Amino acid sequence: MAKFNEDGFREPANFTDRIRLAGIGFIGMVFVAGIIVWGGFNTVLELTNREEFCISCHEMNDNVFQEYRNTIHYSNRSGVRATCPDCHVPKEWGHKIIRKIQASNEVLHKVLGSIDTPEKFNAKRLKLAENEWARMRKTDSRECRNCHHFEYFDYAEQGRRSAKMHQTGLNEGKTCIDCHKGIAHTLPEVEQGIGADKHGAAPEVFHPETKQPATAPAEPAKATATQDTTAK
Amino acid sequence: MKNPTRTSRSRTLAILLALGLGLTSLPPAALALDAPAPVKLQSLRGAEIQAMDPEGDGTRNDKDRPPIPRDFVQQPPLIPHSVKGYAITKNFNKCMDCHSWTRYKETGATKVSITHFKTRDGQELDSISPRRYFCSQCHIPQSDAKPLVNNTFRRAEGLSSK
Repeated sequence: MAKFNEDGFREPANFTDRIRLAGIGFIGMVFVAGIIVWGGFNTVLELTNREEFCISCHEMNDNVFQEYRNTIHYSNRSGVRATCPDCHVPKEWGHKIIRKIQASNEVLHKVLGSIDTPEKFNAKRLKLAENEWARMRKTDSRECRNCHHFEYFDYAEQGRRSAKMHQTGLNEGKTCIDCHKGIAHTLPEVEQGIGADKHGAAPEVFHPETKQPATAPAEPAKATATQDTTAK
Repeated sequence: MKNPTRTSRSRTLAILLALGLGLTSLPPAALALDAPAPVKLQSLRGAEIQAMDPEGDGTRNDKDRPPIPRDFVQQPPLIPHSVKGYAITKNFNKCMDCHSWTRYKETGATKVSITHFKTRDGQELDSISPRRYFCSQCHIPQSDAKPLVNNTFRRAEGLSSK
């Protein structure tokens, strides 16, 4: 510090001024470095948040991406698309970072080759789908709601089936994923009670009970169950 | 071993002979009429028989509507809604997600006929028999496509409720 005044341009008035200048310089450097580091981090993070990045792994490209290409979220009348991260990565920063940290598990399984053939992928499809259904359900289908808003539905424009089911679902406190499963990817085996047991998704998983009690009177068969819950 | 081929050969000879006799006995006027107007083969949409069918005007799936009355006895009911994106796969039958007896109340769909519960061996199941799994083999959705051939079909009178 004592050698600082030998640069010759301007001699600092005293010791405290020199400390202050050094401090301001330091803060400025930290600020600029912060912008560069944060900007770089964010740029890399966003690079991993693109469809091209997702399908650069053949696991995604050969399985789920091919299935998604037949759906309305890939191609439609007006060309508005929902790409992989639009549904699978939260938009808000905090949730996004948490999801990105969880994705390190996916990197591990990429290295382990857990789903590197279609056979291996299909063997894990039920587990993977149930993970995603559970995540969507826990967040009230947050990623769907980035684009789709219940409040702005025009029921006159919807078909008679969708208008009825959406209003019933909304009143019962259902969330998008409770009904809209398999809209972008092929479904895993689902138990429907037809033929032999498929060891697939159970009916209570595929059509989960609603969180809030329905305003409509329950079916007579379920009357005892509701009485039990009110007694508690 | 050689007998079957020999008999079949003699049979074709006999048929050819009979045809030849038939042709010669035809009145000459009929032959003369056939010759100047060869039949022009074309598809129902007017294309050459070996060419690709022309692209249609584009048809749209009909909008959702209440169940469509049947037109003839034993008609598999028509599908009164779009089935775009609905799949019947080994893993999942989208139709049965609404039309099964366990689901129809919640979804407001028509429940499948109990006649579909019987296996080919006559055993009654508590859900549709696997032989009835592929719904769209009999039940079809509707579109606004115009009929390619006119017809005079009328609904069976006993089925129309006016």
